Amino acid sequence: MHLPISDKIELNILHQNSHQAEKNKVKFNNYNLLCLNIMSSPGAGKTRLLEITLEDLSTEFQSAVLEGDMTTNLDAARLEKLNIPVVPITTGRACHLDANMVSGGLKLLEKKINPHILDILLVENVGNLVCPAEFEIGEHFKVALLSITEGEDKPLKYPIMFREADLILITKVDLLPHLNFDINELKSNISSTNPKADVIEISSITKSGFDLWQKWISKKILKFKK
Amino acid sequence: MTKCLILSMEEWAEKKNKEKIIVEKINLKIGEFTCVEPISLINTFNAAVLGSWLDSSEITIETIPFEGKCSKCNRSYFPKKENGYKSPCCNLNLDEIISGRELKIASIDFKEK
Repeated sequence: MHLPISDKIELNILHQNSHQAEKNKVKFNNYNLLCLNIMSSPGAGKTRLLEITLEDLSTEFQSAVLEGDMTTNLDAARLEKLNIPVVPITTGRACHLDANMVSGGLKLLEKKINPHILDILLVENVGNLVCPAEFEIGEHFKVALLSITEGEDKPLKYPIMFREADLILITKVDLLPHLNFDINELKSNISSTNPKADVIEISSITKSGFDLWQKWISKKILKFKK
Repeated sequence: MTKCLILSMEEWAEKKNKEKIIVEKINLKIGEFTCVEPISLINTFNAAVLGSWLDSSEITIETIPFEGKCSKCNRSYFPKKENGYKSPCCNLNLDEIISGRELKIASIDFKEK
Protein backbone atom coordinates (compact mmCIF):
# COMPACT_ATOMS: atom_id res chain seq x y z
CA MET A 1 0.00 0.00 0.00
CA HIS A 2 1.29 3.45 -0.94
CA LEU A 3 1.00 6.77 0.86
CA PRO A 4 -2.16 8.80 0.17
CA ILE A 5 -2.03 11.10 -2.83
CA SER A 6 -4.07 14.29 -3.08
CA ASP A 7 -5.22 15.10 -6.60
CA LYS A 8 -6.24 18.77 -6.70
CA ILE A 9 -8.71 18.86 -9.57
CA GLU A 10 -10.98 21.88 -8.85
CA LEU A 11 -13.68 20.36 -11.07
CA ASN A 12 -17.25 21.64 -11.26
CA ILE A 13 -19.58 18.85 -10.10
CA LEU A 14 -21.98 19.81 -12.87
CA HIS A 15 -19.33 19.98 -15.61
CA GLN A 16 -20.72 17.00 -17.55
CA ASN A 17 -24.15 18.60 -17.59
CA SER A 18 -22.65 21.96 -18.57
CA HIS A 19 -20.70 20.30 -21.39
CA GLN A 20 -23.86 18.66 -22.76
CA ALA A 21 -25.77 21.94 -22.35
CA GLU A 22 -23.13 23.67 -24.49
CA LYS A 23 -23.55 20.97 -27.15
CA ASN A 24 -27.33 21.48 -27.07
CA LYS A 25 -26.86 25.22 -27.48
CA VAL A 26 -24.57 24.73 -30.49
CA LYS A 27 -27.30 22.58 -32.04
CA PHE A 28 -29.98 25.20 -31.32
CA ASN A 29 -27.74 27.87 -32.85
CA ASN A 30 -27.11 25.75 -35.93
CA TYR A 31 -30.87 25.36 -36.33
CA ASN A 32 -31.29 29.12 -35.77
CA LEU A 33 -33.70 28.10 -33.03
CA LEU A 34 -34.25 30.19 -29.91
CA CYS A 35 -34.68 28.05 -26.80
CA LEU A 36 -36.49 29.17 -23.65
CA ASN A 37 -36.40 27.19 -20.41
CA ILE A 38 -39.75 27.71 -18.66
CA MET A 39 -39.60 27.02 -14.92
CA SER A 40 -41.86 27.40 -11.88
CA SER A 41 -43.33 25.53 -8.94
CA PRO A 42 -46.08 23.01 -9.76
CA GLY A 43 -49.37 24.73 -10.57
CA ALA A 44 -48.01 28.20 -11.32
CA GLY A 45 -49.55 28.02 -14.79
CA LYS A 46 -46.76 26.95 -17.15
CA THR A 47 -48.87 24.71 -19.37
CA ARG A 48 -51.77 27.17 -19.61
CA LEU A 49 -49.27 29.91 -20.42
CA LEU A 50 -47.89 27.77 -23.24
CA GLU A 51 -51.35 26.93 -24.59
CA ILE A 52 -52.17 30.62 -25.03
CA THR A 53 -48.66 31.62 -26.11
CA LEU A 54 -48.35 28.94 -28.78
CA GLU A 55 -51.67 29.92 -30.27
CA ASP A 56 -50.70 33.60 -30.32
CA LEU A 57 -47.25 32.89 -31.76
CA SER A 58 -48.60 30.64 -34.53
CA THR A 59 -49.45 33.56 -36.84
CA GLU A 60 -45.87 34.76 -36.91
CA PHE A 61 -43.52 31.98 -35.77
CA GLN A 62 -43.05 28.21 -35.94
CA SER A 63 -42.82 26.70 -32.47
CA ALA A 64 -42.15 23.35 -30.83
CA VAL A 65 -42.22 22.17 -27.24
CA LEU A 66 -40.21 19.79 -25.10
CA GLU A 67 -42.55 18.96 -22.24
CA GLY A 68 -40.92 17.81 -19.01
CA ASP A 69 -43.03 15.92 -16.51
CA MET A 70 -42.19 13.47 -13.74
CA THR A 71 -44.75 10.77 -14.34
CA THR A 72 -47.36 11.58 -16.97
CA ASN A 73 -47.86 12.90 -20.50
CA LEU A 74 -50.94 14.90 -19.49
CA ASP A 75 -49.43 18.32 -20.23
CA ALA A 76 -47.95 17.12 -23.52
CA ALA A 77 -51.38 15.82 -24.55
CA ARG A 78 -52.90 19.27 -23.87
CA LEU A 79 -50.31 21.00 -26.05
CA GLU A 80 -50.52 18.44 -28.87
CA LYS A 81 -54.09 19.61 -29.45
CA LEU A 82 -52.60 22.85 -30.82
CA ASN A 83 -51.08 20.92 -33.75
CA ILE A 84 -47.52 21.84 -32.99
CA PRO A 85 -44.67 19.36 -32.51
CA VAL A 86 -44.49 18.30 -28.84
CA VAL A 87 -42.04 15.84 -27.35
CA PRO A 88 -42.84 14.61 -23.85
CA ILE A 89 -39.87 13.94 -21.57
CA THR A 90 -40.85 11.85 -18.56
CA THR A 91 -38.16 12.24 -15.92
CA GLY A 92 -39.28 9.43 -13.60
CA ARG A 93 -38.01 10.24 -10.14
CA ALA A 94 -35.90 13.20 -11.25
CA CYS A 95 -37.26 16.59 -10.19
CA HIS A 96 -35.74 18.56 -13.07
CA LEU A 97 -34.70 18.31 -16.69
CA ASP A 98 -31.00 18.01 -17.33
CA ALA A 99 -29.01 18.63 -20.51
CA ASN A 100 -28.93 14.93 -21.46
CA MET A 101 -32.70 14.63 -21.24
CA VAL A 102 -33.10 17.71 -23.44
CA SER A 103 -30.58 16.28 -25.91
CA GLY A 104 -32.70 13.10 -26.06
CA GLY A 105 -35.84 15.17 -26.51
CA LEU A 106 -34.23 17.12 -29.33
CA LYS A 107 -33.32 13.88 -31.12
CA LEU A 108 -36.96 12.79 -30.95
CA LEU A 109 -38.05 16.21 -32.20
CA GLU A 110 -35.65 15.86 -35.16
CA LYS A 111 -37.52 12.66 -36.13
CA LYS A 112 -40.85 14.53 -36.08
CA ILE A 113 -39.84 17.69 -37.89
CA ASN A 114 -36.91 19.45 -39.51
CA PRO A 115 -35.86 21.91 -36.76
CA HIS A 116 -34.55 24.32 -39.41
CA ILE A 117 -38.15 25.39 -40.05
CA LEU A 118 -38.66 26.27 -36.38
CA ASP A 119 -38.17 29.69 -34.77
CA ILE A 120 -38.59 28.88 -31.10
CA LEU A 121 -38.35 25.86 -28.83
CA LEU A 122 -40.15 26.16 -25.51
CA VAL A 123 -38.95 23.72 -22.87
CA GLU A 124 -41.39 23.28 -20.01
CA ASN A 125 -39.34 22.13 -17.05
CA VAL A 126 -40.60 19.97 -14.19
CA GLY A 127 -42.53 21.96 -11.57
CA ASN A 128 -39.91 22.74 -8.92
CA LEU A 129 -38.28 25.95 -7.70
CA VAL A 130 -35.01 24.34 -6.59
CA CYS A 131 -33.09 21.95 -8.87
CA PRO A 132 -34.08 23.28 -12.33
CA ALA A 133 -32.28 26.50 -11.42
CA GLU A 134 -28.91 24.72 -11.20
CA PHE A 135 -29.12 22.57 -14.32
CA GLU A 136 -28.38 24.30 -17.61
CA ILE A 137 -30.05 22.67 -20.61
CA GLY A 138 -28.54 24.81 -23.37
CA GLU A 139 -31.28 27.44 -23.27
CA HIS A 140 -30.77 31.00 -24.46
CA PHE A 141 -33.05 32.46 -21.79
CA LYS A 142 -34.61 31.30 -18.55
CA VAL A 143 -38.18 32.28 -17.76
CA ALA A 144 -39.50 31.78 -14.22
CA LEU A 145 -43.20 31.93 -13.37
CA LEU A 146 -44.47 32.88 -9.94
CA SER A 147 -48.18 32.85 -9.21
CA ILE A 148 -49.51 35.29 -6.68
CA THR A 149 -51.11 32.45 -4.69
CA GLU A 150 -47.59 31.31 -3.76
CA GLY A 151 -46.86 34.35 -1.59
CA GLU A 152 -44.69 37.45 -1.78
CA ASP A 153 -41.70 35.82 -0.08
CA LYS A 154 -40.85 33.17 -2.69
CA PRO A 155 -38.01 35.10 -4.38
CA LEU A 156 -36.29 35.27 -1.00
CA LYS A 157 -37.01 31.63 -0.15
CA TYR A 158 -35.91 30.27 -3.53
CA PRO A 159 -33.33 32.91 -4.52
CA ILE A 160 -31.32 30.84 -7.02
CA MET A 161 -34.33 30.31 -9.29
CA PHE A 162 -35.20 34.01 -9.37
CA ARG A 163 -31.55 35.11 -9.56
CA GLU A 164 -30.97 32.92 -12.61
CA ALA A 165 -34.11 33.99 -14.50
CA ASP A 166 -33.91 36.47 -17.37
CA LEU A 167 -37.65 37.09 -17.21
CA ILE A 168 -40.06 36.60 -14.32
CA LEU A 169 -43.75 36.26 -15.13
CA ILE A 170 -46.06 37.03 -12.21
CA THR A 171 -49.06 34.85 -13.02
CA LYS A 172 -52.72 34.69 -11.96
CA VAL A 173 -52.88 38.45 -11.35
CA ASP A 174 -56.64 38.33 -12.04
CA LEU A 175 -56.90 36.94 -8.48
CA LEU A 176 -55.43 40.09 -6.93
CA PRO A 177 -58.79 41.60 -5.85
CA HIS A 178 -59.64 38.39 -4.00
CA LEU A 179 -56.39 37.91 -2.08
CA ASN A 180 -54.54 39.70 0.66
CA PHE A 181 -51.45 39.98 -1.51
CA ASP A 182 -48.99 42.85 -1.81
CA ILE A 183 -47.66 42.84 -5.38
CA ASN A 184 -45.25 45.69 -4.64
CA GLU A 185 -43.67 43.63 -1.89
CA LEU A 186 -43.28 40.75 -4.34
CA LYS A 187 -41.67 43.05 -6.91
CA SER A 188 -39.36 44.43 -4.25
CA ASN A 189 -38.32 40.88 -3.29
CA ILE A 190 -37.70 40.07 -6.95
CA SER A 191 -35.52 43.20 -7.30
CA SER A 192 -33.60 42.26 -4.16
CA THR A 193 -32.72 38.88 -5.62
CA ASN A 194 -32.33 39.86 -9.25
CA PRO A 195 -32.45 43.58 -10.08
CA LYS A 196 -31.67 42.86 -13.75
CA ALA A 197 -34.60 40.54 -14.52
CA ASP A 198 -37.50 41.70 -16.69
CA VAL A 199 -40.83 41.35 -14.88
CA ILE A 200 -44.26 41.03 -16.48
CA GLU A 201 -47.63 40.63 -14.71
CA ILE A 202 -49.86 38.22 -16.54
CA SER A 203 -53.26 36.52 -16.36
CA SER A 204 -54.29 33.50 -18.40
CA ILE A 205 -57.94 34.28 -17.59
CA THR A 206 -58.15 37.95 -18.63
CA LYS A 207 -55.11 37.68 -20.96
CA SER A 208 -53.70 40.84 -19.42
CA GLY A 209 -49.95 41.08 -19.88
CA PHE A 210 -49.88 38.62 -22.78
CA ASP A 211 -49.21 41.45 -25.22
CA LEU A 212 -46.02 42.32 -23.28
CA TRP A 213 -44.97 38.66 -23.03
CA GLN A 214 -45.51 38.13 -26.77
CA LYS A 215 -43.56 41.31 -27.47
CA TRP A 216 -40.73 40.04 -25.24
CA ILE A 217 -40.60 36.72 -27.13
CA SER A 218 -40.85 38.32 -30.59
CA LYS A 219 -38.03 40.71 -29.76
CA LYS A 220 -35.81 37.85 -28.57
CA ILE A 221 -36.55 35.73 -31.66
CA LEU A 222 -35.93 38.57 -34.11
CA LYS A 223 -32.72 39.62 -32.37
CA PHE A 224 -31.53 36.01 -32.27
CA LYS A 225 -32.22 35.47 -35.96
CA LYS A 226 -30.36 38.59 -37.10
CA MET B 1 -26.50 16.39 -7.76
CA THR B 2 -25.31 13.13 -6.18
CA LYS B 3 -25.53 11.44 -9.58
CA CYS B 4 -23.45 14.24 -11.12
CA LEU B 5 -20.86 13.84 -8.38
CA ILE B 6 -20.61 10.08 -8.93
CA LEU B 7 -20.38 10.53 -12.71
CA SER B 8 -17.57 13.07 -12.20
CA MET B 9 -15.77 10.57 -9.97
CA GLU B 10 -16.20 7.82 -12.58
CA GLU B 11 -14.77 10.13 -15.23
CA TRP B 12 -11.79 10.98 -12.99
CA ALA B 13 -11.18 7.33 -12.14
CA GLU B 14 -11.11 6.28 -15.79
CA LYS B 15 -7.83 8.14 -16.11
CA LYS B 16 -6.38 6.50 -12.99
CA ASN B 17 -7.13 2.81 -13.47
CA LYS B 18 -10.02 2.41 -11.07
CA GLU B 19 -9.10 -1.16 -10.09
CA LYS B 20 -5.78 -0.05 -8.63
CA ILE B 21 -6.87 2.81 -6.38
CA ILE B 22 -8.83 3.33 -3.17
CA VAL B 23 -10.49 6.72 -2.78
CA GLU B 24 -10.28 7.90 0.79
CA LYS B 25 -11.70 11.41 0.66
CA ILE B 26 -13.58 13.52 -1.85
CA ASN B 27 -13.10 17.12 -0.80
CA LEU B 28 -15.85 19.41 -2.02
CA LYS B 29 -16.32 23.16 -2.03
CA ILE B 30 -19.99 24.05 -1.87
CA GLY B 31 -21.17 27.64 -1.97
CA GLU B 32 -23.83 28.89 0.42
CA PHE B 33 -25.80 30.35 -2.49
CA THR B 34 -26.52 27.04 -4.24
CA CYS B 35 -29.35 24.53 -4.15
CA VAL B 36 -27.20 21.99 -2.30
CA GLU B 37 -27.70 21.11 1.34
CA PRO B 38 -24.33 19.64 2.40
CA ILE B 39 -25.64 17.03 4.85
CA SER B 40 -28.18 15.78 2.29
CA LEU B 41 -25.46 15.45 -0.34
CA ILE B 42 -23.31 13.42 2.09
CA ASN B 43 -26.22 11.15 3.08
CA THR B 44 -27.39 10.50 -0.47
CA PHE B 45 -23.84 9.92 -1.65
CA ASN B 46 -23.19 7.39 1.14
CA ALA B 47 -26.39 5.55 0.25
CA ALA B 48 -25.74 5.64 -3.49
CA VAL B 49 -22.19 4.24 -3.36
CA LEU B 50 -22.88 1.33 -0.98
CA GLY B 51 -21.16 -1.75 -2.37
CA SER B 52 -19.47 0.20 -5.17
CA TRP B 53 -15.81 1.12 -5.69
CA LEU B 54 -16.51 4.38 -3.80
CA ASP B 55 -17.98 2.60 -0.77
CA SER B 56 -15.04 3.39 1.50
CA SER B 57 -14.71 7.02 0.46
CA GLU B 58 -15.66 9.92 2.68
CA ILE B 59 -17.03 13.29 1.61
CA THR B 60 -15.70 16.45 3.21
CA ILE B 61 -17.34 19.77 2.48
CA GLU B 62 -15.84 23.22 2.76
CA THR B 63 -18.65 25.73 2.75
CA ILE B 64 -17.86 28.82 0.70
CA PRO B 65 -19.55 31.93 2.06
CA PHE B 66 -22.08 33.87 0.04
CA GLU B 67 -20.44 37.19 -0.69
CA GLY B 68 -21.68 40.06 -2.82
CA LYS B 69 -20.26 43.38 -3.95
CA CYS B 70 -22.06 46.68 -3.55
CA SER B 71 -22.58 48.25 -6.97
CA LYS B 72 -22.15 51.77 -5.59
CA CYS B 73 -19.18 51.68 -3.21
CA ASN B 74 -17.61 48.36 -4.36
CA ARG B 75 -17.42 47.05 -0.79
CA SER B 76 -17.88 43.31 -0.38
CA TYR B 77 -20.55 42.08 2.05
CA PHE B 78 -22.38 38.94 3.15
CA PRO B 79 -25.95 39.17 1.80
CA LYS B 80 -28.67 38.11 4.23
CA LYS B 81 -32.14 36.88 3.30
CA GLU B 82 -33.62 38.82 6.25
CA ASN B 83 -32.28 42.02 4.71
CA GLY B 84 -33.45 41.12 1.18
CA TYR B 85 -29.77 40.50 0.22
CA LYS B 86 -29.21 44.29 0.18
CA SER B 87 -25.80 45.81 0.76
CA PRO B 88 -25.58 47.13 4.34
CA CYS B 89 -23.33 50.01 3.24
CA CYS B 90 -25.60 51.63 0.59
CA ASN B 91 -28.81 49.58 1.02
CA LEU B 92 -28.73 48.49 -2.64
CA ASN B 93 -30.06 45.30 -4.23
CA LEU B 94 -27.77 42.33 -4.77
CA ASP B 95 -25.69 43.01 -7.85
CA GLU B 96 -22.43 41.12 -8.35
CA ILE B 97 -21.89 37.80 -6.58
CA ILE B 98 -18.25 37.31 -5.60
CA SER B 99 -18.58 33.84 -4.11
CA GLY B 100 -21.16 31.33 -2.94
CA ARG B 101 -22.10 29.71 -6.27
CA GLU B 102 -19.35 27.05 -6.11
CA LEU B 103 -20.20 23.40 -6.70
CA LYS B 104 -16.73 21.89 -6.96
CA ILE B 105 -14.68 18.80 -6.34
CA ALA B 106 -11.61 20.58 -4.95
CA SER B 107 -9.43 17.50 -4.52
CA ILE B 108 -9.51 13.73 -4.19
CA ASP B 109 -7.36 11.85 -1.67
CA PHE B 110 -6.61 8.32 -2.79
CA LYS B 111 -4.17 5.46 -2.29
CA GLU B 112 -2.74 3.05 -4.80
CA LYS B 113 -3.35 -0.59 -3.88
